[in-house]
Amino acid sequence: MSAALGTEPFLERAPLELRDWFVQLLTRWFHLPELLQWVLHNLISIVAILAVFGLFFAFTTIAERKLLGRLQNRLGPNRTGLPKFSRLLGGWHFKHKLFGLTQPFADAIKALTKEDIVPAGADKLLHFLAPVIVVAFSLMTFAVLPFGRHYIPVEMDAALLYFFAAGSATELAIFMAGWSSRNKYSLLSAMRALAQLISYELPLILSVVPVVLITGTLSTQQIVIAQGGLTLGFLPHWFVFTPWGFAGFIIFLVSALAESNRSPFDLPEAESELVAGHLTEYSGFKYALFFMAEYFGLTALSGLGITIFLGGWQAPYGFLEFIPSYLWFMGKLVLMIMFFIWIRGTLLRLRIDQLTRLSWKFLVPLALINLVNAAFWSLTADCSAPLQIARWAASIIVIVVPFFFMGRKLSAGFAPRTYRYAP
Amino acid sequence: MTLLPLIIIMLLTLGSAAVAMMLRNLIHSALLLILSWAGLAAFYLWAGAEFVAFAQVLVYVGAVSMVVLFAVLLTRRSRADLEVPPPALKRIFLAVFPSSLIAGLLIGAVMGAFPRDNSGPVPELTVKDVGFLLMGPHTASLLTVGVLLTVALLGAIVIASPEKPEDKP
Repeated sequence: MSAALGTEPFLERAPLELRDWFVQLLTRWFHLPELLQWVLHNLISIVAILAVFGLFFAFTTIAERKLLGRLQNRLGPNRTGLPKFSRLLGGWHFKHKLFGLTQPFADAIKALTKEDIVPAGADKLLHFLAPVIVVAFSLMTFAVLPFGRHYIPVEMDAALLYFFAAGSATELAIFMAGWSSRNKYSLLSAMRALAQLISYELPLILSVVPVVLITGTLSTQQIVIAQGGLTLGFLPHWFVFTPWGFAGFIIFLVSALAESNRSPFDLPEAESELVAGHLTEYSGFKYALFFMAEYFGLTALSGLGITIFLGGWQAPYGFLEFIPSYLWFMGKLVLMIMFFIWIRGTLLRLRIDQLTRLSWKFLVPLALINLVNAAFWSLTADCSAPLQIARWAASIIVIVVPFFFMGRKLSAGFAPRTYRYAP
Repeated sequence: MTLLPLIIIMLLTLGSAAVAMMLRNLIHSALLLILSWAGLAAFYLWAGAEFVAFAQVLVYVGAVSMVVLFAVLLTRRSRADLEVPPPALKRIFLAVFPSSLIAGLLIGAVMGAFPRDNSGPVPELTVKDVGFLLMGPHTASLLTVGVLLTVALLGAIVIASPEKPEDKP
Protein backbone atom coordinates (compact mmCIF):
# COMPACT_ATOMS: atom_id res chain seq x y z
CA MET A 1 0.00 0.00 0.00
CA SER A 2 1.55 3.32 1.03
CA ALA A 3 5.19 3.92 1.89
CA ALA A 4 4.37 4.57 5.55
CA LEU A 5 3.22 1.00 5.90
CA GLY A 6 6.70 -0.45 5.53
CA THR A 7 7.94 0.98 8.82
CA GLU A 8 5.02 -0.35 10.85
CA PRO A 9 5.40 -3.34 13.17
CA PHE A 10 4.46 -6.70 11.70
CA LEU A 11 1.15 -7.14 13.52
CA GLU A 12 -0.04 -3.72 12.40
CA ARG A 13 0.41 -4.45 8.71
CA ALA A 14 -0.23 -8.22 8.69
CA PRO A 15 -3.84 -8.15 7.38
CA LEU A 16 -2.96 -5.69 4.63
CA GLU A 17 0.09 -7.72 3.58
CA LEU A 18 -2.10 -10.81 3.46
CA ARG A 19 -4.57 -9.03 1.18
CA ASP A 20 -1.86 -7.72 -1.15
CA TRP A 21 -0.22 -11.16 -1.26
CA PHE A 22 -3.53 -12.78 -2.19
CA VAL A 23 -4.22 -10.24 -4.95
CA GLN A 24 -0.72 -10.71 -6.35
CA LEU A 25 -1.08 -14.48 -6.24
CA LEU A 26 -4.32 -14.41 -8.21
CA THR A 27 -2.85 -11.87 -10.62
CA ARG A 28 0.06 -14.18 -11.33
CA TRP A 29 -2.17 -17.21 -11.80
CA PHE A 30 -4.89 -15.69 -13.97
CA HIS A 31 -3.10 -12.65 -15.47
CA LEU A 32 -5.76 -10.27 -14.19
CA PRO A 33 -6.06 -6.87 -15.88
CA GLU A 34 -5.67 -3.67 -13.84
CA LEU A 35 -9.39 -3.14 -13.37
CA LEU A 36 -10.05 -6.65 -12.04
CA GLN A 37 -7.15 -6.28 -9.62
CA TRP A 38 -8.72 -3.14 -8.26
CA VAL A 39 -12.11 -4.87 -7.98
CA LEU A 40 -10.54 -7.84 -6.20
CA HIS A 41 -8.60 -5.54 -3.88
CA ASN A 42 -11.79 -3.79 -2.75
CA LEU A 43 -13.83 -6.97 -2.74
CA ILE A 44 -11.48 -8.46 -0.15
CA SER A 45 -11.98 -5.41 2.09
CA ILE A 46 -15.75 -5.69 1.73
CA VAL A 47 -15.75 -9.42 2.48
CA ALA A 48 -13.50 -8.81 5.48
CA ILE A 49 -15.90 -6.20 6.87
CA LEU A 50 -18.91 -8.44 6.22
CA ALA A 51 -17.25 -11.42 7.87
CA VAL A 52 -15.88 -9.54 10.88
CA PHE A 53 -19.05 -7.59 11.61
CA GLY A 54 -21.33 -10.49 10.73
CA LEU A 55 -19.58 -12.58 13.35
CA PHE A 56 -19.48 -9.59 15.67
CA PHE A 57 -23.27 -9.31 15.29
CA ALA A 58 -23.69 -13.03 16.03
CA PHE A 59 -21.63 -12.84 19.17
CA THR A 60 -23.23 -9.56 20.26
CA THR A 61 -26.60 -11.32 20.36
CA ILE A 62 -25.27 -14.16 22.51
CA ALA A 63 -23.35 -11.73 24.73
CA GLU A 64 -26.47 -9.65 25.14
CA ARG A 65 -28.59 -12.65 26.08
CA LYS A 66 -26.04 -14.01 28.52
CA LEU A 67 -25.26 -10.65 30.09
CA LEU A 68 -28.95 -9.71 30.40
CA GLY A 69 -29.51 -13.11 31.96
CA ARG A 70 -26.83 -12.44 34.56
CA LEU A 71 -28.22 -8.96 35.23
CA GLN A 72 -31.63 -10.54 35.85
CA ASN A 73 -30.16 -13.25 38.06
CA ARG A 74 -30.56 -16.14 35.63
CA LEU A 75 -28.12 -18.07 33.48
CA GLY A 76 -28.98 -17.15 29.92
CA PRO A 77 -28.56 -19.58 27.00
CA ASN A 78 -25.86 -22.13 27.82
CA ARG A 79 -27.06 -25.37 26.22
CA THR A 80 -26.27 -25.10 22.52
CA GLY A 81 -23.09 -27.05 21.91
CA LEU A 82 -21.57 -28.43 18.76
CA PRO A 83 -23.71 -30.81 16.73
CA LYS A 84 -22.87 -34.47 17.27
CA PHE A 85 -19.78 -35.15 15.22
CA SER A 86 -19.26 -38.46 17.01
CA ARG A 87 -19.96 -40.44 13.86
CA LEU A 88 -17.23 -38.58 12.00
CA LEU A 89 -14.71 -38.79 14.80
CA GLY A 90 -15.10 -42.53 15.24
CA GLY A 91 -17.09 -42.78 18.43
CA TRP A 92 -15.31 -40.02 20.35
CA HIS A 93 -17.84 -37.40 21.34
CA PHE A 94 -17.01 -33.86 22.36
CA LYS A 95 -19.04 -33.40 25.53
CA HIS A 96 -18.48 -29.74 26.39
CA LYS A 97 -21.32 -27.34 25.54
CA LEU A 98 -18.91 -24.42 24.80
CA PHE A 99 -20.94 -22.21 27.21
CA GLY A 100 -23.73 -22.08 24.60
CA LEU A 101 -21.56 -20.02 22.26
CA THR A 102 -23.00 -21.64 19.13
CA GLN A 103 -26.49 -20.34 19.97
CA PRO A 104 -26.43 -17.56 17.29
CA PHE A 105 -25.82 -20.13 14.54
CA ALA A 106 -28.75 -22.18 15.76
CA ASP A 107 -30.83 -18.98 15.74
CA ALA A 108 -29.72 -18.22 12.18
CA ILE A 109 -30.76 -21.68 10.98
CA LYS A 110 -34.09 -21.28 12.73
CA ALA A 111 -34.72 -17.87 11.10
CA LEU A 112 -33.73 -19.18 7.67
CA THR A 113 -35.98 -22.23 7.79
CA LYS A 114 -39.00 -20.49 9.30
CA GLU A 115 -41.97 -19.83 7.04
CA ASP A 116 -41.93 -16.38 5.50
CA ILE A 117 -45.48 -15.06 5.87
CA VAL A 118 -46.57 -12.12 3.72
CA PRO A 119 -50.06 -10.73 4.44
CA ALA A 120 -52.54 -11.18 1.60
CA GLY A 121 -53.26 -7.45 1.38
CA ALA A 122 -49.64 -6.39 1.64
CA ASP A 123 -47.76 -4.41 -0.95
CA LYS A 124 -45.54 -7.36 -1.85
CA LEU A 125 -42.68 -5.46 -3.48
CA LEU A 126 -42.29 -2.83 -0.74
CA HIS A 127 -42.75 -5.49 1.93
CA PHE A 128 -39.77 -7.30 0.42
CA LEU A 129 -37.67 -4.19 -0.25
CA ALA A 130 -37.88 -2.72 3.26
CA PRO A 131 -35.59 -5.24 5.05
CA VAL A 132 -33.18 -5.24 2.10
CA ILE A 133 -32.82 -1.45 2.17
CA VAL A 134 -32.44 -1.27 5.92
CA VAL A 135 -29.61 -3.83 5.95
CA ALA A 136 -27.87 -2.39 2.88
CA PHE A 137 -27.76 1.15 4.22
CA SER A 138 -26.77 0.17 7.74
CA LEU A 139 -23.84 -1.75 6.24
CA MET A 140 -22.87 1.23 4.08
CA THR A 141 -22.14 3.30 7.18
CA PHE A 142 -19.18 1.03 7.96
CA ALA A 143 -17.38 2.31 4.86
CA VAL A 144 -16.07 5.47 6.52
CA LEU A 145 -15.13 4.15 9.97
CA PRO A 146 -11.37 4.05 10.54
CA PHE A 147 -10.82 0.63 12.10
CA GLY A 148 -7.09 1.12 12.39
CA ARG A 149 -4.17 3.29 11.41
CA HIS A 150 -4.29 2.02 7.82
CA TYR A 151 -7.70 0.40 7.88
CA ILE A 152 -10.37 2.66 6.48
CA PRO A 153 -12.41 1.23 3.61
CA VAL A 154 -13.13 4.56 1.87
CA GLU A 155 -11.25 7.70 2.75
CA MET A 156 -13.16 10.82 1.84
CA ASP A 157 -13.38 14.48 2.69
CA ALA A 158 -17.00 14.50 3.80
CA ALA A 159 -16.98 11.19 5.67
CA LEU A 160 -19.13 12.36 8.61
CA LEU A 161 -21.76 13.74 6.28
CA TYR A 162 -21.72 10.46 4.36
CA PHE A 163 -22.25 8.52 7.59
CA PHE A 164 -25.38 10.47 8.49
CA ALA A 165 -26.65 10.49 4.91
CA ALA A 166 -26.42 6.69 4.68
CA GLY A 167 -28.07 6.37 8.08
CA SER A 168 -31.03 8.55 7.09
CA ALA A 169 -32.26 5.96 4.58
CA THR A 170 -33.29 3.61 7.38
CA GLU A 171 -36.18 5.95 8.18
CA LEU A 172 -37.48 5.37 4.70
CA ALA A 173 -37.22 1.60 5.16
CA ILE A 174 -39.19 1.79 8.41
CA PHE A 175 -41.92 3.73 6.68
CA MET A 176 -41.99 1.19 3.85
CA ALA A 177 -42.20 -1.69 6.33
CA GLY A 178 -45.06 -0.08 8.23
CA TRP A 179 -47.05 1.02 5.22
CA SER A 180 -46.64 -2.06 3.04
CA SER A 181 -47.77 -4.46 5.79
CA ARG A 182 -51.34 -3.16 5.44
CA ASN A 183 -51.87 -3.35 9.16
CA LYS A 184 -52.92 -0.29 11.11
CA TYR A 185 -50.76 -1.22 14.09
CA SER A 186 -47.75 -1.49 11.82
CA LEU A 187 -48.47 1.88 10.23
CA LEU A 188 -49.10 3.61 13.55
CA SER A 189 -45.95 2.27 15.10
CA ALA A 190 -43.93 3.09 11.99
CA MET A 191 -45.09 6.68 12.47
CA ARG A 192 -44.11 6.51 16.13
CA ALA A 193 -40.71 5.10 15.20
CA LEU A 194 -40.22 7.87 12.63
CA ALA A 195 -41.14 10.55 15.16
CA GLN A 196 -38.52 9.11 17.48
CA LEU A 197 -35.81 8.81 14.81
CA ILE A 198 -36.38 12.34 13.51
CA SER A 199 -36.40 13.80 17.04
CA TYR A 200 -33.12 12.18 17.99
CA GLU A 201 -31.28 12.75 14.73
CA LEU A 202 -30.98 16.42 15.62
CA PRO A 203 -29.13 16.03 18.97
CA LEU A 204 -27.07 13.23 17.42
CA ILE A 205 -25.75 15.46 14.65
CA LEU A 206 -25.49 18.51 16.93
CA SER A 207 -23.36 16.55 19.39
CA VAL A 208 -20.90 15.74 16.59
CA VAL A 209 -20.65 19.32 15.27
CA PRO A 210 -18.36 20.60 18.11
CA VAL A 211 -15.74 18.02 17.13
CA VAL A 212 -15.88 19.24 13.53
CA LEU A 213 -15.54 22.78 14.85
CA ILE A 214 -12.42 21.93 16.87
CA THR A 215 -10.65 19.72 14.32
CA GLY A 216 -11.79 21.68 11.27
CA THR A 217 -12.40 18.56 9.19
CA LEU A 218 -15.22 16.17 8.32
CA SER A 219 -12.85 13.28 7.62
CA THR A 220 -13.07 10.56 10.28
CA GLN A 221 -9.42 9.57 9.88
CA GLN A 222 -8.26 13.18 10.41
CA ILE A 223 -10.45 13.43 13.53
CA VAL A 224 -8.78 10.33 14.99
CA ILE A 225 -5.31 11.65 14.14
CA ALA A 226 -6.17 14.92 15.89
CA GLN A 227 -6.73 12.93 19.10
CA GLY A 228 -3.15 11.64 19.39
CA GLY A 229 -0.79 12.60 22.23
CA LEU A 230 -1.44 13.78 25.78
CA THR A 231 -3.09 16.84 27.32
CA LEU A 232 -1.65 18.29 30.54
CA GLY A 233 0.96 15.54 30.44
CA PHE A 234 -1.18 12.68 31.75
CA LEU A 235 -4.59 12.65 30.02
CA PRO A 236 -4.85 11.09 26.55
CA HIS A 237 -5.83 13.83 24.12
CA TRP A 238 -9.22 12.22 23.48
CA PHE A 239 -12.11 14.61 23.12
CA VAL A 240 -14.09 12.85 25.83
CA PHE A 241 -11.56 14.24 28.33
CA THR A 242 -12.53 17.85 27.68
CA PRO A 243 -15.62 19.52 29.21
CA TRP A 244 -17.37 20.02 25.87
CA GLY A 245 -16.30 16.60 24.64
CA PHE A 246 -17.65 14.87 27.73
CA ALA A 247 -21.00 16.64 27.42
CA GLY A 248 -21.07 15.90 23.69
CA PHE A 249 -20.27 12.25 24.34
CA ILE A 250 -23.15 11.90 26.80
CA ILE A 251 -25.58 13.57 24.38
CA PHE A 252 -24.24 11.34 21.62
CA LEU A 253 -24.71 8.21 23.75
CA VAL A 254 -28.32 9.04 24.61
CA SER A 255 -29.19 9.90 21.00
CA ALA A 256 -27.37 6.82 19.70
CA LEU A 257 -29.44 4.67 22.04
CA ALA A 258 -32.61 6.24 20.66
CA GLU A 259 -31.46 6.09 17.03
CA SER A 260 -30.73 2.38 17.24
CA ASN A 261 -34.01 1.60 19.04
CA ARG A 262 -32.26 0.39 22.15
CA SER A 263 -33.75 0.26 25.59
CA PRO A 264 -34.75 2.59 27.30
CA PHE A 265 -35.89 4.05 23.94
CA ASP A 266 -37.07 0.79 22.34
CA LEU A 267 -40.62 1.97 21.67
CA PRO A 268 -40.54 1.10 17.94
CA GLU A 269 -40.33 -2.54 18.83
CA ALA A 270 -41.44 -3.00 22.43
CA GLU A 271 -42.56 -6.59 22.07
CA SER A 272 -44.00 -6.89 25.57
CA GLU A 273 -46.42 -3.96 25.40
CA LEU A 274 -46.70 -2.36 21.95
CA VAL A 275 -46.91 -5.45 19.71
CA ALA A 276 -43.80 -5.65 17.54
CA GLY A 277 -44.14 -2.20 16.03
CA HIS A 278 -43.54 -1.91 12.31
CA LEU A 279 -42.25 -5.50 12.32
CA THR A 280 -45.61 -6.98 13.32
CA GLU A 281 -46.20 -8.54 9.91
CA TYR A 282 -42.65 -9.76 9.42
CA SER A 283 -41.47 -13.25 10.17
CA GLY A 284 -38.64 -15.60 9.40
CA PHE A 285 -35.59 -14.25 7.67
CA LYS A 286 -37.00 -10.81 6.87
CA TYR A 287 -37.50 -10.26 10.60
CA ALA A 288 -33.95 -11.48 11.16
CA LEU A 289 -32.72 -8.93 8.61
CA PHE A 290 -34.36 -6.08 10.55
CA PHE A 291 -32.86 -7.47 13.71
CA MET A 292 -29.45 -7.62 12.04
CA ALA A 293 -29.75 -4.05 10.73
CA GLU A 294 -30.56 -2.86 14.24
CA TYR A 295 -27.36 -4.38 15.58
CA PHE A 296 -25.33 -3.15 12.62
CA GLY A 297 -26.69 0.33 13.27
CA LEU A 298 -25.77 0.08 16.93
CA THR A 299 -22.27 -1.15 16.08
CA ALA A 300 -21.74 1.58 13.49
CA LEU A 301 -22.93 4.30 15.86
CA SER A 302 -20.69 2.92 18.62
CA GLY A 303 -17.82 2.93 16.13
CA LEU A 304 -18.56 6.55 15.26
CA GLY A 305 -18.70 7.47 18.95
CA ILE A 306 -15.31 5.82 19.47
CA THR A 307 -13.88 7.55 16.41
CA ILE A 308 -15.09 10.97 17.44
CA PHE A 309 -14.83 11.05 21.22
CA LEU A 310 -12.82 8.06 22.42
CA GLY A 311 -9.71 8.46 20.29
CA GLY A 312 -10.61 5.89 17.62
CA TRP A 313 -7.79 3.42 17.10
CA GLN A 314 -5.33 5.46 19.20
CA ALA A 315 -3.82 3.76 22.23
CA PRO A 316 -4.21 5.88 25.38
CA TYR A 317 -0.45 5.97 26.07
CA GLY A 318 2.54 5.63 23.79
CA PHE A 319 3.99 2.54 25.49
CA LEU A 320 0.76 0.62 24.75
CA GLU A 321 1.19 1.00 21.01
CA PHE A 322 2.66 -2.49 20.66
CA ILE A 323 -0.96 -3.67 20.53
CA PRO A 324 -2.09 -3.13 16.93
CA SER A 325 -4.44 -0.22 16.30
CA TYR A 326 -7.31 -2.35 14.98
CA LEU A 327 -7.34 -4.33 18.25
CA TRP A 328 -7.66 -1.06 20.19
CA PHE A 329 -10.64 -0.14 18.05
CA MET A 330 -12.30 -3.53 18.47
CA GLY A 331 -11.62 -3.51 22.22
CA LYS A 332 -13.27 -0.13 22.63
CA LEU A 333 -16.15 -1.33 20.45
CA VAL A 334 -16.72 -4.36 22.67
CA LEU A 335 -16.70 -2.14 25.76
CA MET A 336 -19.22 0.24 24.18
CA ILE A 337 -21.56 -2.63 23.28
CA MET A 338 -21.24 -4.06 26.80
CA PHE A 339 -22.13 -0.63 28.15
CA PHE A 340 -25.25 -0.50 25.96
CA ILE A 341 -26.29 -3.97 27.17
CA TRP A 342 -25.74 -2.88 30.76
CA ILE A 343 -28.02 0.13 30.16
CA ARG A 344 -30.66 -2.15 28.66
CA GLY A 345 -30.58 -4.31 31.77
CA THR A 346 -30.82 -1.31 34.11
CA LEU A 347 -33.11 1.43 32.83
CA LEU A 348 -36.88 1.40 32.33
CA ARG A 349 -38.58 2.11 29.04
CA LEU A 350 -39.80 5.68 28.44
CA ARG A 351 -43.24 6.69 27.26
CA ILE A 352 -43.48 8.35 23.81
CA ASP A 353 -44.23 11.84 25.21
CA GLN A 354 -41.38 11.60 27.72
CA LEU A 355 -39.15 10.45 24.90
CA THR A 356 -39.82 13.36 22.57
CA ARG A 357 -39.75 15.84 25.48
CA LEU A 358 -36.31 14.63 26.47
CA SER A 359 -35.04 15.27 22.97
CA TRP A 360 -36.60 18.64 22.14
CA LYS A 361 -36.61 20.28 25.58
CA PHE A 362 -33.34 18.94 26.95
CA LEU A 363 -30.88 17.37 24.52
CA VAL A 364 -31.25 19.83 21.64
CA PRO A 365 -30.79 23.01 23.75
CA LEU A 366 -27.95 21.36 25.65
CA ALA A 367 -26.24 20.38 22.40
CA LEU A 368 -26.56 23.96 21.13
CA ILE A 369 -25.03 25.32 24.36
CA ASN A 370 -22.28 22.74 23.98
CA LEU A 371 -21.58 24.05 20.48
CA VAL A 372 -21.03 27.55 21.91
CA ASN A 373 -18.84 25.95 24.58
CA ALA A 374 -16.71 24.29 21.91
CA ALA A 375 -16.39 27.60 20.05
CA PHE A 376 -15.12 29.21 23.28
CA TRP A 377 -12.69 26.29 23.73
CA SER A 378 -11.23 26.67 20.26
CA LEU A 379 -10.91 30.47 20.60
CA THR A 380 -8.92 30.14 23.85
CA ALA A 381 -6.75 27.30 22.57
CA ASP A 382 -3.35 29.00 23.00
CA CYS A 383 -3.57 30.77 26.33
CA SER A 384 -0.89 30.50 29.02
CA ALA A 385 -0.71 27.78 31.67
CA PRO A 386 -2.42 29.60 34.59
CA LEU A 387 -5.20 30.73 32.27
CA GLN A 388 -5.72 27.10 31.25
CA ILE A 389 -7.25 26.41 34.68
CA ALA A 390 -9.69 29.28 34.19
CA ARG A 391 -10.46 27.96 30.71
CA TRP A 392 -11.30 24.51 32.03
CA ALA A 393 -13.39 25.93 34.86
CA ALA A 394 -15.32 28.28 32.56
CA SER A 395 -15.97 25.50 30.08
CA ILE A 396 -17.24 23.17 32.80
CA ILE A 397 -19.51 25.87 34.26
CA VAL A 398 -20.95 26.75 30.83
CA ILE A 399 -22.22 23.20 30.36
CA VAL A 400 -22.95 22.02 33.92
CA VAL A 401 -25.11 24.97 35.03
CA PRO A 402 -27.59 24.68 32.11
CA PHE A 403 -27.60 20.91 32.63
CA PHE A 404 -28.85 21.22 36.21
CA PHE A 405 -31.16 24.12 35.42
CA MET A 406 -32.84 22.39 32.49
CA GLY A 407 -32.87 19.02 34.20
CA ARG A 408 -34.71 20.55 37.15
CA LYS A 409 -37.21 22.12 34.77
CA LEU A 410 -37.67 18.89 32.79
CA SER A 411 -38.48 16.82 35.84
CA ALA A 412 -40.62 19.49 37.55
CA GLY A 413 -43.88 17.87 38.61
CA PHE A 414 -42.56 14.40 37.82
CA ALA A 415 -39.82 13.83 40.32
CA PRO A 416 -39.17 12.68 42.96
CA ARG A 417 -41.52 9.86 42.17
CA THR A 418 -43.87 8.77 44.93
CA TYR A 419 -45.00 5.20 45.21
CA ARG A 420 -48.47 5.23 46.70
CA TYR A 421 -49.21 1.53 46.62
CA ALA A 422 -45.80 -0.07 46.89
CA PRO A 423 -44.03 -0.13 50.24
CA MET B 1 -15.78 5.32 -19.94
CA THR B 2 -16.74 8.18 -17.65
CA LEU B 3 -19.91 8.76 -19.66
CA LEU B 4 -21.40 5.34 -18.92
CA PRO B 5 -22.13 6.05 -15.23
CA LEU B 6 -23.67 9.39 -16.24
CA ILE B 7 -26.02 7.67 -18.68
CA ILE B 8 -27.04 5.11 -16.04
CA ILE B 9 -27.63 7.86 -13.47
CA MET B 10 -29.59 9.91 -16.00
CA LEU B 11 -31.80 6.96 -16.94
CA LEU B 12 -32.40 6.17 -13.27
CA THR B 13 -33.26 9.76 -12.32
CA LEU B 14 -35.43 10.65 -15.30
CA GLY B 15 -36.96 7.18 -15.53
CA SER B 16 -38.07 7.07 -11.90
CA ALA B 17 -39.40 10.64 -12.17
CA ALA B 18 -41.37 9.72 -15.30
CA VAL B 19 -42.80 6.54 -13.76
CA ALA B 20 -43.68 8.51 -10.62
CA MET B 21 -45.83 10.76 -12.80
CA MET B 22 -47.59 7.79 -14.45
CA LEU B 23 -48.43 5.73 -11.36
CA ARG B 24 -51.91 5.92 -9.84
CA ASN B 25 -50.77 5.03 -6.30
CA LEU B 26 -49.58 8.15 -4.47
CA ILE B 27 -47.26 6.34 -2.05
CA HIS B 28 -45.52 4.55 -4.91
CA SER B 29 -45.17 7.87 -6.72
CA ALA B 30 -43.66 9.47 -3.62
CA LEU B 31 -41.17 6.63 -3.15
CA LEU B 32 -40.12 6.84 -6.81
CA LEU B 33 -39.75 10.59 -6.46
CA ILE B 34 -37.36 9.92 -3.57
CA LEU B 35 -35.44 7.51 -5.80
CA SER B 36 -35.08 10.24 -8.39
CA TRP B 37 -33.75 12.61 -5.70
CA ALA B 38 -31.23 9.94 -4.80
CA GLY B 39 -30.33 9.80 -8.50
CA LEU B 40 -29.64 13.53 -8.40
CA ALA B 41 -27.33 12.94 -5.45
CA ALA B 42 -25.53 10.27 -7.49
CA PHE B 43 -25.15 12.83 -10.28
CA TYR B 44 -23.54 15.33 -7.89
CA LEU B 45 -21.23 12.57 -6.73
CA TRP B 46 -20.32 11.80 -10.33
CA ALA B 47 -19.62 15.48 -10.91
CA GLY B 48 -17.23 15.48 -7.95
CA ALA B 49 -19.37 17.57 -5.58
CA GLU B 50 -19.21 15.26 -2.56
CA PHE B 51 -20.54 17.78 -0.08
CA VAL B 52 -23.59 18.70 -2.17
CA ALA B 53 -24.31 15.02 -2.88
CA PHE B 54 -24.38 13.99 0.78
CA ALA B 55 -26.30 17.12 1.74
CA GLN B 56 -28.82 16.22 -0.97
CA VAL B 57 -29.24 12.72 0.48
CA LEU B 58 -29.43 14.01 4.05
CA VAL B 59 -31.96 16.75 3.30
CA TYR B 60 -34.08 15.27 0.49
CA VAL B 61 -33.92 11.51 1.02
CA GLY B 62 -33.80 11.87 4.79
CA ALA B 63 -36.04 14.79 5.67
CA VAL B 64 -38.13 16.12 2.77
CA SER B 65 -39.18 12.56 1.88
CA MET B 66 -40.67 12.23 5.36
CA VAL B 67 -42.62 15.47 4.91
CA VAL B 68 -43.99 14.22 1.57
CA LEU B 69 -44.95 10.80 2.92
CA PHE B 70 -46.53 12.19 6.08
CA ALA B 71 -48.47 14.73 4.02
CA VAL B 72 -49.82 11.98 1.74
CA LEU B 73 -50.80 9.76 4.67
CA LEU B 74 -52.37 12.52 6.78
CA THR B 75 -54.48 14.01 3.98
CA ARG B 76 -55.93 10.73 2.67
CA ARG B 77 -58.64 8.98 4.61
CA SER B 78 -58.30 5.43 3.34
CA ARG B 79 -56.20 3.30 1.08
CA ALA B 80 -58.78 3.55 -1.69
CA ASP B 81 -58.31 7.30 -1.49
CA LEU B 82 -54.66 6.93 -2.42
CA GLU B 83 -55.53 6.06 -6.02
CA VAL B 84 -55.69 9.20 -8.12
CA PRO B 85 -58.14 9.28 -11.04
CA PRO B 86 -56.64 9.44 -14.55
CA PRO B 87 -55.85 12.96 -15.70
CA ALA B 88 -58.41 15.12 -17.47
CA LEU B 89 -57.34 17.50 -20.23
CA LYS B 90 -57.93 20.54 -18.01
CA ARG B 91 -55.74 19.12 -15.24
CA ILE B 92 -52.96 18.30 -17.69
CA PHE B 93 -53.02 21.89 -18.91
CA LEU B 94 -53.07 23.21 -15.34
CA ALA B 95 -50.06 21.08 -14.52
CA VAL B 96 -48.02 21.71 -17.65
CA PHE B 97 -48.53 25.47 -17.92
CA PRO B 98 -47.20 26.62 -14.50
CA SER B 99 -44.47 23.99 -14.40
CA SER B 100 -43.14 25.02 -17.82
CA LEU B 101 -43.21 28.65 -16.66
CA ILE B 102 -41.16 27.76 -13.57
CA ALA B 103 -38.81 25.61 -15.65
CA GLY B 104 -38.24 28.50 -18.07
CA LEU B 105 -37.56 30.85 -15.19
CA LEU B 106 -35.08 28.44 -13.57
CA ILE B 107 -33.28 27.62 -16.82
CA GLY B 108 -32.99 31.33 -17.59
CA ALA B 109 -31.58 32.04 -14.13
CA VAL B 110 -29.08 29.17 -14.32
CA MET B 111 -27.92 30.12 -17.81
CA GLY B 112 -27.53 33.74 -16.75
CA ALA B 113 -25.55 32.86 -13.63
CA PHE B 114 -22.69 31.14 -15.44
CA PRO B 115 -20.21 32.80 -17.78
CA ARG B 116 -20.50 31.73 -21.41
CA ASP B 117 -16.85 30.80 -21.63
CA ASN B 118 -16.09 28.03 -19.12
CA SER B 119 -13.00 26.65 -20.79
CA GLY B 120 -10.76 27.72 -17.89
CA PRO B 121 -9.16 25.30 -15.44
CA VAL B 122 -11.58 23.35 -13.25
CA PRO B 123 -11.21 24.61 -9.66
CA GLU B 124 -10.27 21.99 -7.07
CA LEU B 125 -12.78 22.47 -4.27
CA THR B 126 -12.60 20.51 -1.04
CA VAL B 127 -15.37 20.45 1.55
CA LYS B 128 -13.26 22.81 3.65
CA ASP B 129 -13.12 25.36 0.83
CA VAL B 130 -16.88 25.15 0.37
CA GLY B 131 -17.29 25.79 4.11
CA PHE B 132 -15.00 28.81 4.07
CA LEU B 133 -16.76 30.18 0.98
CA LEU B 134 -20.15 29.79 2.66
CA MET B 135 -18.97 31.41 5.88
CA GLY B 136 -16.94 34.11 4.15
CA PRO B 137 -18.28 35.82 0.99
CA HIS B 138 -21.70 34.14 1.05
CA THR B 139 -22.63 34.69 4.71
CA ALA B 140 -25.46 37.06 3.84
CA SER B 141 -27.23 34.64 1.52
CA LEU B 142 -26.74 31.78 4.00
CA LEU B 143 -28.31 33.86 6.77
CA THR B 144 -31.18 34.91 4.50
CA VAL B 145 -31.96 31.28 3.69
CA GLY B 146 -31.80 30.44 7.40
CA VAL B 147 -34.24 33.23 8.29
CA LEU B 148 -36.54 32.16 5.45
CA LEU B 149 -36.62 28.57 6.68
CA THR B 150 -37.24 29.69 10.26
CA VAL B 151 -40.17 31.84 9.12
CA ALA B 152 -41.56 28.89 7.15
CA LEU B 153 -41.23 26.68 10.23
CA LEU B 154 -43.01 29.24 12.43
CA GLY B 155 -45.76 29.55 9.81
CA ALA B 156 -46.20 25.78 9.80
CA ILE B 157 -46.50 25.75 13.60
CA VAL B 158 -49.05 28.59 13.52
CA ILE B 159 -51.12 26.75 10.88
CA ALA B 160 -50.91 23.44 12.71
CA SER B 161 -51.59 24.72 16.23
CA PRO B 162 -55.19 24.18 17.42
CA GLU B 163 -57.39 27.25 17.56
CA LYS B 164 -60.04 25.88 19.88
CA PRO B 165 -59.19 25.14 23.49
CA GLU B 166 -60.98 21.77 23.33
CA ASP B 167 -57.74 20.05 22.36
CA LYS B 168 -56.27 20.74 25.77
CA PRO B 169 -55.98 17.74 28.05
